[in-house]
Amino acid sequence: MAKDLLLEIGVEEMPSAYMPAAVSNLQELAEERLNEARLSWQQLKVYATPRRLVLYVEQLSESQPDSQLENRGPKKQMAFDENGNPTKACQGFARGQGIAVEELQVREVGGIEYVFAVKNLVGQPAQQVLPAILAELITALPFPKSMRWGYFHTRFPRPIRWLVALFGDQVIPLQIENLVSGRTSWGHRFLVREPFEIADPKDYMQQMASHYVVLDQEMRRDMIWQQVQEAAAQVGGVPMENPDLLEEINYLLEYPTAFTGRFSESYLQVPPEVLTTSMTAHQRYFPVYDQEGELMPAFIAVRNGDGKHLDTVRAGNERVLRARLEDALFFWNEDNKKPLEDFNQGLPDVLFQERLGSLQRKVQRVIAIALYLSQETGWGDPELVKRAAWLSKADLLSSMVYEFPELQGIMGRYYARNSGEDPQVAEAIFEHYLPRFAGDHLPESDIGVLLSLAEKIHNLMGCFCIGIKPTGSQDPYALRRQALGVVHILLERGLNIDLRQVLSQAYREFAEAEPDLDEDAAVREVLDFVWQRLKGVLADHSFTYDVIESVMAVPTGHLQDIYTRIQVVQEFKTTDKFDDFMVVFNRSHNLSKKWDQVKVEVNALADSSEQELYQQFLMVRSRVTVPANYQDILRDLADLRPYLDRFFEAVMVMVDDKKLKENRLSLLRGIAELCRQVADFSKIVQ
Amino acid sequence: MNFQEIILGLQNYWARQGCIIQQPYDVEKGAGTMNPATFLRALGPEPWKVAYVEPSRRPTDGRYGENPNRLQHYYQYQVILKPSPDNVVDLYLNSLKELGIDPDEHDIRLVEDNWESPTLGAWGLGWEIWLDGMEVTQFTYFQQCGGFDCYPVCAEITYGLERIAMFIQNKESVFDIEWVDDISYADVHHQGEVDYSHYNFTYADVLSLMTMFNLCEKEALQVADQQLVLPAYDYVLKCSHLFNLLDARGAISVTERTAYIGRVRNLARRVAVEYLEQRKRLSYPLLKDEQLRKQVLTEEEAK
Repeated sequence: MAKDLLLEIGVEEMPSAYMPAAVSNLQELAEERLNEARLSWQQLKVYATPRRLVLYVEQLSESQPDSQLENRGPKKQMAFDENGNPTKACQGFARGQGIAVEELQVREVGGIEYVFAVKNLVGQPAQQVLPAILAELITALPFPKSMRWGYFHTRFPRPIRWLVALFGDQVIPLQIENLVSGRTSWGHRFLVREPFEIADPKDYMQQMASHYVVLDQEMRRDMIWQQVQEAAAQVGGVPMENPDLLEEINYLLEYPTAFTGRFSESYLQVPPEVLTTSMTAHQRYFPVYDQEGELMPAFIAVRNGDGKHLDTVRAGNERVLRARLEDALFFWNEDNKKPLEDFNQGLPDVLFQERLGSLQRKVQRVIAIALYLSQETGWGDPELVKRAAWLSKADLLSSMVYEFPELQGIMGRYYARNSGEDPQVAEAIFEHYLPRFAGDHLPESDIGVLLSLAEKIHNLMGCFCIGIKPTGSQDPYALRRQALGVVHILLERGLNIDLRQVLSQAYREFAEAEPDLDEDAAVREVLDFVWQRLKGVLADHSFTYDVIESVMAVPTGHLQDIYTRIQVVQEFKTTDKFDDFMVVFNRSHNLSKKWDQVKVEVNALADSSEQELYQQFLMVRSRVTVPANYQDILRDLADLRPYLDRFFEAVMVMVDDKKLKENRLSLLRGIAELCRQVADFSKIVQ
Repeated sequence: MNFQEIILGLQNYWARQGCIIQQPYDVEKGAGTMNPATFLRALGPEPWKVAYVEPSRRPTDGRYGENPNRLQHYYQYQVILKPSPDNVVDLYLNSLKELGIDPDEHDIRLVEDNWESPTLGAWGLGWEIWLDGMEVTQFTYFQQCGGFDCYPVCAEITYGLERIAMFIQNKESVFDIEWVDDISYADVHHQGEVDYSHYNFTYADVLSLMTMFNLCEKEALQVADQQLVLPAYDYVLKCSHLFNLLDARGAISVTERTAYIGRVRNLARRVAVEYLEQRKRLSYPLLKDEQLRKQVLTEEEAK
């Protein structure tokens, strides 16, 4: 026997950003609680609009099944004395379980006998257990920020105004402070003014549809996107694809009607990024592109309502956008009145960080780091590198970036081009912010790569050496993102640099800040921090943890080198030579790990097996090239196995003769050391 | 509908909803929230319903009267409903009808907006209210004020009067708003915008302002020691405005900024403490419901 269950939490307009998580959280929480209550169902679905969170459970069983509860008590030998009488422990257990001693049963678990209390539980009607479950769903649902209202003590992101709770045609009585559940609901805030009664959960779905509420968020999203595309097609264009914007709009309305608005073509002289930022971020409009991909003087807005009085709504929206674009055009013209470099006059007055000084000081340090990188890699014309670094923060002082901070770098590139700067400089000014978020583009140009690295390394070193490090969820300077940026750039752009050297160089630029850490500690901490991000990236590239850990246990500042070794080891693990190699490594490593010499006295090699092993080892070592061919080293080392086997068969290492023993340990240590040039194989899981 | 008819319309509407109509407070302030009729009355257990126009000053927003949308002196219409009634959003929407704006003919959105005033130690959650894409009102459920939890919670509705007038009169510039038939907003306020912009950005004397800030801070504390709540609060407001002037003048670095904000917040908190104690000493005269008053007093006794 089963019936549908409906819970509607009627709220004032919820923050749209909370809703996707609210849907999945309510779904999980409801499944968990109903499972705990041993109530079965056919389907469980959560719907959300700005004004309601709805749980709909199809075919929820009307009662819990009967069940047996079994609790284990003391061991039988502790429960009864030698005469078979119950002990105090036994009596206490029975009392605690609320049953008589005679009712206790004896059962065997893992060969030991225990007393058990076995209780039969009669299943409760769902109607009886649901009030507590539903009330808890409302109060236990987590949100990023919640509030109180009126005389309420309950917290929710916005005030709860009504509750509908129906199991079949029966109201489930809930009470949250003075708010009582019933069968009265509300439709669209503007299109339906009066409340209405709900007969049962199925009726609710129909009533929502007829009261201008598109309840299903997925259906609503599709409907919006469909309408937006149609509206754009009417003006001969296509809308910008922007899933985040679509999702935000989806939770800002219950009944969508898309419409087209227009703006004067004269605003198209402003860079398209400015126009689209105004439209999407400030007004939640979809920009429209023509068939050539050029921005059109039009936008698509989505109204929360039907098609009535749409001209009024359109005119209002066009006016608001006009005011914003007028401002943007004004800033664009103002900013272009002077060369980009002139904005740098304001740099000394803008603080980067209290102890690290002004933006001007920062730019000077970034220049030094970028020039060092250029010199080490041979990338970029040093004069242009210096110029790009010098101008990299100038746009922060422009009116446009003051109004639209998200356009930093983008405006710098425009203003640099308009000021007649070298195109490489202009591009690097934009690219030095990349990557701005997970999955963003990486810098492409040589100077862009250098500048992007220099800025990130500057920020990491600057913050670490004055004690600003990310902790838990606190990362105000976005250092994790920047370290990740360094990793991705080094990995993808193939820069062969020693990060330790770069960090040391950067550290020396911060002398005036009087760092809390000395150079060694600062370099080590930043390097560890960057390598932590690298481990994550490598794991995402489906390298296994043991390979990553073993390779990274060999200290280095060369990311490319780490990557090469990881590829080699991961690949080598799958070859048939790997077992031989691991025998060579383990046998040489295990005995010699507490020994720190590698110098072998040829004359002290007594047995032919050890002489032979030594000869073979020297040959392997002599074939090591610079840069090392790790694959060859590993294969050659694997080939040592028969010699090593013979050595262990023929001689004892830990002999009483000190000289003999030490010489053999040095030989083994030498082999292990050579293995360790590739990775610390003791961390490998075989 | 001209500018003063809009104000009169709101006055009449909120008076009918049982608000007392207060007048602007006579000390410079950045927003209607800083009027003691909001900042202090939002604290403590006493109910309170008030509406008033508040001339508000934001020295950094001066544009010499040249920007059609920005002013360093403008008007807010402020409503406080404590405790927040269940139908508070509908009450607001009906007030728009009073201004000839029928919600059915427009697109009205409640878009998440969290409000915080670091200088007042206050924050709340609510919305920006959009009318056909234009933000015309801020709506906030106060959660904390002067660092104290608000209970009961009040709803604050702050109308941007110029925005609404521009919308109703279909004007592209704030200065074109009709105040009455042949007097425009420019006639009343344009020269003031020019003069104050020059003063705020160029001629305000930094040393004098800093000296005044220190004097006002000292006076606020001295008066608070005497448990004189409103006189002390006046000096908190003066400090806040002096800080805003120094900020507009570009005389405060980022680090100093934090320190100044901290100093004003301390003062605001200090006055909040004095206010709460004073109301308690007076046995909460605005708790007219005798049963509720006794309940509150017994609960506080128990603490």
